[in-house]
Amino acid sequence: MRITCPLCGERDRREFTYQGDALALHRPAPDAGDAAWDDYLHNRENPAGDTRDLWYHDPCGAWIAVNRNTITHAVTHTALASKVTS
Amino acid sequence: MGYSGFKVIKEGLFGQKGWKPVWRDPDPKAEYDVVIIGGGGHGLSTAYYLAKEHGITNVAVLEKGYLGGGNVGRNTTIVRANYMLPGNSEFYSHSLKLWEGMEQDLNYNTMMSQRGVMMLCHSDGQRDYFARRGNSMVNQGDDAELLDVEGVRREAPFLDFDNVRFPIYGGLMHRRGGTARHDAVAWGYARGADQRGVDLIQNCEVTGIDIAGGKVTGVQTSRGAIRAKKVAIVTAGRSGQVAAMAGMRLPIESHILQAFVSEGLKPIMPGVISFGMGHFYISQSDKGGLVFGGDLDFYSSYAARGNLPMKEHVMEAAMTLMPVIGKAKVLRSWGGIMDMTPDGSPIIDKTDTEGLFIDCGWCYGGFKAVPGSGFSFAHLMATGNHHAPAARYRLDRFRTGRGLMDEEGTGSQHNLH
Repeated sequence: MRITCPLCGERDRREFTYQGDALALHRPAPDAGDAAWDDYLHNRENPAGDTRDLWYHDPCGAWIAVNRNTITHAVTHTALASKVTS
Repeated sequence: MGYSGFKVIKEGLFGQKGWKPVWRDPDPKAEYDVVIIGGGGHGLSTAYYLAKEHGITNVAVLEKGYLGGGNVGRNTTIVRANYMLPGNSEFYSHSLKLWEGMEQDLNYNTMMSQRGVMMLCHSDGQRDYFARRGNSMVNQGDDAELLDVEGVRREAPFLDFDNVRFPIYGGLMHRRGGTARHDAVAWGYARGADQRGVDLIQNCEVTGIDIAGGKVTGVQTSRGAIRAKKVAIVTAGRSGQVAAMAGMRLPIESHILQAFVSEGLKPIMPGVISFGMGHFYISQSDKGGLVFGGDLDFYSSYAARGNLPMKEHVMEAAMTLMPVIGKAKVLRSWGGIMDMTPDGSPIIDKTDTEGLFIDCGWCYGGFKAVPGSGFSFAHLMATGNHHAPAARYRLDRFRTGRGLMDEEGTGSQHNLH
């Protein structure tokens, strides 16, 4: 598996650390309630197919939102997590 | 048809012509008392104990592929009860006792071999932790023995004891642990369930779960609709997809765990050995292959195959622990799909839908739990009450924060186990 860092280009998977579902970018309000926080912290769509998750590029420190397929391991799109709006 | 040594000899003398298929291949009926989704180890043992312990025999096990074709047929076959935390400790203790009586109970040779599970430590801190963990195991009523270096050397003289970076300080020996024949466990439970009247229905994919007024009424399948009073989801590896049919999202991410088998070799391994620095564990099958594995690949995946970095890590750990393995050739490797929960412990519980039950989240420890999980899950479905050894495996523990069982002490968060 190879991942494209938006800053450094395409690199080997060894340079990246997996940081979980990109759901992490959508933090609920502090008073959103139990269910919203449970969904945010624990519950997952966990799709067999297209997903988006966060990877940390160890050499440059970039947090990257990676669109990839969990069945084929194909990476289709990457962007800096800070630029992700939806 | 019962099995015995006499029967084996008789069939040997008469050309093996007397063996018959050991379970039926029925068409699904229109309605069952209980439908179990998933014909793996846990689903089959649930069906068996529903019939045997609770007399509930109007049961169907629906399997998308073939019986035992998932993780129960693809694992490193280790059986042990060496957990520390309340919740896990009593559950795996109960499961190991069922393992010890399984062959007599099922009249089936599951090749259960209590050859010992030895975990190695490589620092003073790790030895202290093992002393504590061993005491927890003994308090639970299981066996544990803290070995010094000479004790480990007597068990496994071929290890690299004086490794410069990771010298061996000792080990925690659990002699009642060991290995079993994984396929035979699935087949044994399948046969036992079938003999008691359970319908085992293969090539039958569940495509929907019918719910009316907050109560489960049946399932839609590739072989037609089936009504049911109770439905059990036992589909580790695909739990999220099946639970979604009932409108549920689970606290589970699917990850890959790779394992490896070498060519057949003469006996060298005394039992199961795990390396305490860099996750690595190894045993030897009765055919002679070294069976070993390491950590998860650590990213969500359903690919059922891993990537090279973890393969390299496992091989490096193997060479560090026992350089003798460098002479062996890897015959094959595979990746299993693991239901990973945030705290690394499983779920056996009711759901918000009446009559719908779920057994999932076995992380990388599902095989040794096969009998205990089936026994406790059957108890829950039959009586409506949690079975004492599995009473802490609640689905809502993540939301409430009560009763988390984080065996590794890394935090109840995805991707840390």
